[in-house]
Parts: sequence; C-alpha cells; structure tokens
Amino acid sequence: MIEFILAKYNYWIYITLMMIGFYAMIAKPNLIKKIIGMNIFQTAVFLFYISIAKVKGGTAPIEWEKAVQYDNPLPHVLILTAIVVSVSTTAVALALIIKIYKAYGTIEEDKILEMNK
Amino acid sequence: MSISQHFPVFVILLPLISAVLIPILSRAKKIYGWYISSAATFFSFMISVSLLRTVLDKGEISYWLGNWEPPWGIEYVVDYLSGFVLVVISFIIFVITLYSRNSVDKEIPEDKVVPFYSIYMLFVAGLLGMIVTGDIFNLYVFIEISSLAGYALIAVGRKRDALIASYNYLILGTIAATFILLGIGYLYMMTGTLNMADLRERLPALYNTTVIRTAFAFFSVGLSLKIALFPLHIWLPNAYTHAPSVIAALQAATATKVGVYAMIRIMFTVFKPHFILEVVPVARLFLVLSAVAIIAGSLLAFGQKDIRRVLAYSSIGQIGYIVMGIALANRLSIIGSLIHILNHALMKGGLFLVVGAVVYKTGITDIDGFKGLGKKMPFSMAAFTICALSMVGIPLTAGFVSKWYLALGALQAGKWIMVPVILISSLLTAIYFWRIIDNIYFEGHEVEGKIDDAPPGMLVPTFALAFCCILFGIVASIPVNITGLAAEMLVGG
Repeated sequence: MIEFILAKYNYWIYITLMMIGFYAMIAKPNLIKKIIGMNIFQTAVFLFYISIAKVKGGTAPIEWEKAVQYDNPLPHVLILTAIVVSVSTTAVALALIIKIYKAYGTIEEDKILEMNK
Repeated sequence: MSISQHFPVFVILLPLISAVLIPILSRAKKIYGWYISSAATFFSFMISVSLLRTVLDKGEISYWLGNWEPPWGIEYVVDYLSGFVLVVISFIIFVITLYSRNSVDKEIPEDKVVPFYSIYMLFVAGLLGMIVTGDIFNLYVFIEISSLAGYALIAVGRKRDALIASYNYLILGTIAATFILLGIGYLYMMTGTLNMADLRERLPALYNTTVIRTAFAFFSVGLSLKIALFPLHIWLPNAYTHAPSVIAALQAATATKVGVYAMIRIMFTVFKPHFILEVVPVARLFLVLSAVAIIAGSLLAFGQKDIRRVLAYSSIGQIGYIVMGIALANRLSIIGSLIHILNHALMKGGLFLVVGAVVYKTGITDIDGFKGLGKKMPFSMAAFTICALSMVGIPLTAGFVSKWYLALGALQAGKWIMVPVILISSLLTAIYFWRIIDNIYFEGHEVEGKIDDAPPGMLVPTFALAFCCILFGIVASIPVNITGLAAEMLVGG
C-alpha cells in the first residue's frame, strides 16, 4: 500500500492540491478566496502535466553531447499556453471583483446575494 | 498556391485581426468598430460557405498550420460536420453583428463601445476556432478564448447583477475548462498524441484502461457544464438575463451550440460510437439527463416573469433535445441533433433579437409589459410569433423538422419512451409561449405613450432569422442532406 502511494507520489500531490483548490472555489464565500482556490486548482493540473513529461534518466530537452535521454518538451509547451490562459482568467476575475466591490461595497458572496433579493 | 487554400485559417484570422484593428482604427470614429466587425463576420460567413461547397464537391479539407504535417503540427479540419456548423454559426454571428449597431448604442456606455466590439471579435474568433480545429489541445485554447471574452461581454450588462452573473459563470466555466484540460492530459499521457484523427486510431486498444475512462468522465462533465446540460445549468439563466441584449442573443444562439459541437467531436471523432454505447454506456446516462433537461427546462420556463428568463430556461430544454440526439447515436437522431443546432440558433437568436428590440424601444422585459405590443410593434411581434411557433414545432416551421427526426431516431433506437417526452415538452412550450403571445395580441393596451416599431437596422436581421425558420421548415431537404452526410461520417450508414 505504502509502496503504491510512494511510487505514484506525483499523482497524489496533484490530486490533493486540486481538491484543496476545488473546495475553496465552491465553499469559500469570499470572492478573492475563490480566485485563490481557482489558481491552486489550475496549478495542480499544470503540475500533473509537467510530471508526465519526465523521462527516467532524461535531462532538459536541450541538445547536449552527454545526454542519454531527453525529457518530453511538449507538455511544457502546452502548459506555457495553459499558464497564459490561467493568468488571463485571474485578471478577468480580479477586474470583475473590483467592479463588484464598487457596485456592492462588499466581496462576501452571502451579503451580495442578500442585496440582490 | 492559391489563396483559397488558406481559407480554413482565414475564418479565424479575420475576427482575430479585427479585434486588434478595432481599438486602433476606431479612434477616429466610434462607429468604425461596428463597420469592421460587420465586414469581418461577413467575410467569415462567405468563406465558410465556400469551404462547405468545396467539402461537398471534393471531400474533407485538411489544413496544416505552418505546413507542419499532422500529427506533429496543428491540423484544421473542415468536413461535412464542421463545414455545416461553421456556416450556421458564422451566419448567425453575421446577422447578430448587423443588428448590434442600434442596440449597442442604447445599452453600452459610450466609452465602452470600442472595447466591446474588440472583445466581441475575440469571442467570435474563439467560437469559429473551436469548430475548425482538429487538434484537441487547440480546442481547449479556443474554448478558453471564447469563454474569457464571453465573461467580459456579459459583465457589461446594465445592472450590477450582470457582474455577479458573469463572476459565477467564470468560476463554473473555469472548472469546466480545467476538467477538459485534465481529460486532454490523460489522453496525451496514454497515447502521446493530440491530433483528433490520430487519437481515434490509437484509442480503441486502450478503451479498457481506467485512465481513458477517467479522461472521458472529465470530458463529459466539463462539456456538460459548458453547454449547461441540466442539472449543470445554474450559470445560464442569470448570464442570459443580465447580459446586454446582443450578447444574450449571441450566447444563446452560438456559444452553447459550439459547445455541443465540441461534445459531438469528442464522442464520435475522438472516441468511437462503440465506446459510448457499449464499452462505457454513458449514452444511456446522457439520454436520461437529456429527457430530464427537456421536461425541467420547459417546466422552469413556465413560472418566470422576465421574458429573458423564459427564453433562457427554454434554452436549457432545447439543449436537452440536441443532447438526446447525440445520446441515441444513430443516423436519424444525429441528423435531428444537427438540424436542431441550426434551428435553435435561428429561433432563439430571433427571439432574443426581438426582446432586444423591445428593450431598445421601451426598456420592458416583463411579460406583463408586452400587453398590447402587437399593435405598437407589429413587425417585431410578427417575427416573435414565427420564431415561437417554430420553437413549439408546428409543421412547416423548422422546429418541426428536427423534432420529427429526433422522434424517428428514438423509434429506431427502440427508445420509444422519448417520443412522449418530445410531445409533452412541445405542449409545455406551446403553453408558455401562448402566455406571451396572448399578452402581445389579445390583452388591452397597457403600453402608454407613442411607441413605433424598431428601426430597420434591427428589423431586417430579425426577419432574416424568422424567414429562415420558415424556409428550412419548407425546404428541409438542404440541411437534411448535408447533415445526413455528416451523420453517416460520424456513426456510419
């Protein structure tokens, strides 16, 4: 059992992080905390991608005469794109929160819902 | 080397470049934003038509981005399916863009008009990109481009509720997109490829692995959330209600449709029908969900006072129809689904455009406020009635054709229970639209003051959509033939 957990530790880390982020996105009433959760959630998926790029005994994917094997560079490139997406999402979300704060005077979800009634 | 070779990429490049050009060129005059948007969407539509014609004559078009050979490079594919959806979506986008001029003047603060059109074009580029791409990671990127632009567009709504609606959509949309990203990661981990055609070849050997099944689960949940399949629809009613009228029409007519298209791609191109029907029978689950969505959407539309909410809940029911056709997964039901993508885009687009015209003239969105509008705005209300009849599925309107094929598909699959579901929902649709039409034509004149009909710039696009609702009800053979070819390609004869 312990061996099973240790052998795939990268997956355990990413799933734990992802669930922490997911929980924060759903359960936290504070709009900023939701966004923090969203960032953890997305970063967990990025970690998963990066970890599957690792090849045993591989080095960074740059040409080098001593290298026996290279890591797979493609997931890295994909995640660069996904990071850009994540940054833009955060930017849009934070801009929305600023507007919400100006319109409602609070960023607590329960209070806003009450005001909308 | 002719220019028409590059048409698949032009469809996306035109709106993408306009998104950059609009803020630069519109400094001189604000209206340029609208001119550029209209021109870009018009040419995208013409190119789409030309692409579909080429596909019908010569077969599938594969475009290699940067001339990198797939599966290494990104491939854009225009086949019967994407050609058809591309023409439908680009047409609706073009019509709504034409319409937007007056409505945007009225509803968007003056200093925001230029950025509005710029983001609008990004949204369009994302949607059209989702349709033509043949690369699964590229699909994710386009999903995010259109979604991010969509959040911003909803947030420009007049009331502060629009901000909350947009924020909730952002949270749920990001969860959906990240699930899709994770699904893509799982597929890549097992197969080492991102090209859809290549995945189709490599996946069957791995159908029995947990990883591939988990990947499919992530895709299912992510895409269901994006298309607002009941019970994952909670973001939709508020987003449609509080968005500016043009954006409500655009979101309702195109965004969810393209999401459904992505779902069809994942289920039938990346995976094979055999996978969803036999290996992991998710089709059965989707069938139940779609039946619940059809009934629940219609029932929820019943109790609403705001017309935009009625239309939003009815959208949830209509998405149910489309998903039902996918879940039945035979030729007839897929034809029904694809035609319903066209029909629902026309009908719901038309209805939201009429609501936009009413908001433009009176600012009313309450159903009670529609009393007597039949005399004040006769043309707009005529278009509304035509689209509403088509929603109900009266013969000789487009709505009838798709429901007919869906019912045939249900009978062919031996799921006769779906036929009463379609009938009951049509009845419910008739009742909730009757409430509105009754107000329009047969109730007293409650609207005070002098109100004339909407300006021609709004009427002509609205009528174009209403006209198509009747046209495709009478000459149903055109869409049926094209979608028939697409359905054969997806599930075989």
